[in-house]
Amino acid sequence: MAYGEKVLDHYENPRNVGVLDKDAKNVGTGMVGAPACGDVMRLQIQVDDNGVIEEAKFKTYGCGSAIASSSLLTEWVKGKTLDEAAQIKNSDIAEELSLPPVKIHCSVLAEDAIKAAISDIKSKA
Amino acid sequence: MTIPTYMDYSATTPVDKRVAEKMMKYLTMDGDFGNPASNSHYYGWQADEAVKTARKQVADLIGADPKEIVWTSGATESDNLAIKGIAHFYKKKGKHIITLKTEHKAVLDTCRQLEREGYEVTYLDPMANGLLDLNVLKDAIREDTVLISIMHVNNEIGVIQDIEAIGNLCREHKIFFHVDAAQSAGKVAINLSELPVDLMSFSAHKIYGPKGIGVLYVRRKPRVRLEAQMHGGGHERGMRSGTLATHQIVGMGEAFAIARSEMNEENKRIAVLRDRLLAGFVDMEAVVVNGDEKQRIPGNLNISFNYVEGESLMMAINDIAVSSGSACTSSSLEPSYVLRALGLSDELAHSSIRFTIGRYTTEADVDKAIVLVREKVDKLRDLSPLWDMYKEGIDLSKVEWSAH
Repeated sequence: MAYGEKVLDHYENPRNVGVLDKDAKNVGTGMVGAPACGDVMRLQIQVDDNGVIEEAKFKTYGCGSAIASSSLLTEWVKGKTLDEAAQIKNSDIAEELSLPPVKIHCSVLAEDAIKAAISDIKSKA
Repeated sequence: MTIPTYMDYSATTPVDKRVAEKMMKYLTMDGDFGNPASNSHYYGWQADEAVKTARKQVADLIGADPKEIVWTSGATESDNLAIKGIAHFYKKKGKHIITLKTEHKAVLDTCRQLEREGYEVTYLDPMANGLLDLNVLKDAIREDTVLISIMHVNNEIGVIQDIEAIGNLCREHKIFFHVDAAQSAGKVAINLSELPVDLMSFSAHKIYGPKGIGVLYVRRKPRVRLEAQMHGGGHERGMRSGTLATHQIVGMGEAFAIARSEMNEENKRIAVLRDRLLAGFVDMEAVVVNGDEKQRIPGNLNISFNYVEGESLMMAINDIAVSSGSACTSSSLEPSYVLRALGLSDELAHSSIRFTIGRYTTEADVDKAIVLVREKVDKLRDLSPLWDMYKEGIDLSKVEWSAH
């Protein structure tokens, strides 16, 4: 499958790869997908005292589009409030990365990941 | 863009230059372009002579009589002709067929079609090493079993089935035996004068011949009859009508002749390279070789790098052209049905890479592949949450995943 330039860029130079302390009160972790489906995303966000996402990290097992979708997501959520981050739609990610139809599910997974991370952090409050 | 190193010889092979040169003599005005069926003039006689030679070249590699060779468009057509041809011709004898879950789609989909026509098909599970357990086959045989179709060499994992033992079982029960040998000709010795096989499918493009040409071997003694699938001028003793593609046929003949004289040496050379490739990976953590390690062709190495997804690994190693059992490389998003049939977990199937090497692979190619793969697997594992979990000692099969 031939990928667009943006996917290749994120794939070759993934942004914000890493791990945050999942037990910290101001860190939310979203782990979505399943090995059986060929993709698992772990997205972590850290908020400051004003509820703004100051740090985001990810690790992803999956195809190039899954890695690129999660990498892009970490760039987008930084500086956003939780409510703003919750507004990110899979279609925005798919459009930004020019994902082919067969790869749309990767962007859906990224949207699920941020929603899961937000709900994790809210459950700690 | 640099042109990647080709390591996908089981997908197709380049045409050997000696083959291409020969084929070119059968196309143009100054060549032998005639229709082999034109038996009234020089042009037809020349083409017919070339087809005869090629027929013998193919027959010689596989220990057959030239009269047992039926030209087709490739192994897919040969599989269709063999399976549907037998099923339709002998439908009064029985309507049950047995095959293996790891067969090529050309066999499986043909069987599916016969199911829609009212036939019954049993799809056997292979053992974990990809080989067929004869007892499993024995138990599946019924009074009305008319055909058993088992491939010689598997296209994904390269394992070699014991077709002699399977064939003897078929003979015992008076069941026709078809073998898809697309991946084995030129790699494994085949002697149909001794093998208990009734029908065998071949392809040219897997052994350095052109695409678009294949053969179905149809045994004459004892005689095997088929219902034709392609009707027309009655070519190939009525079994497959259509003007013979002289240049393609000449190419297939030459490719088979070269294989006959060179395969022993070539297999030795390729086995050394494959062992070198494997040796480059065995010390890595969480690596699994798929398919039996002994009973396999030399050119195939199918290996799963666990916790790394196959398609992203292929992207990372785009300086070598390989294929993967990952879902993401297929349009269906299902991981390889062959690896699944071996009982591999989904994630191991998703993590598999098939290296197939051949006539033009060099030691330098292999060394390049080793360095590249090791570097990229490390990089992708650093990116993989599953690798983290594995390192923490978490059993991934016990985790509750949110399926999507």
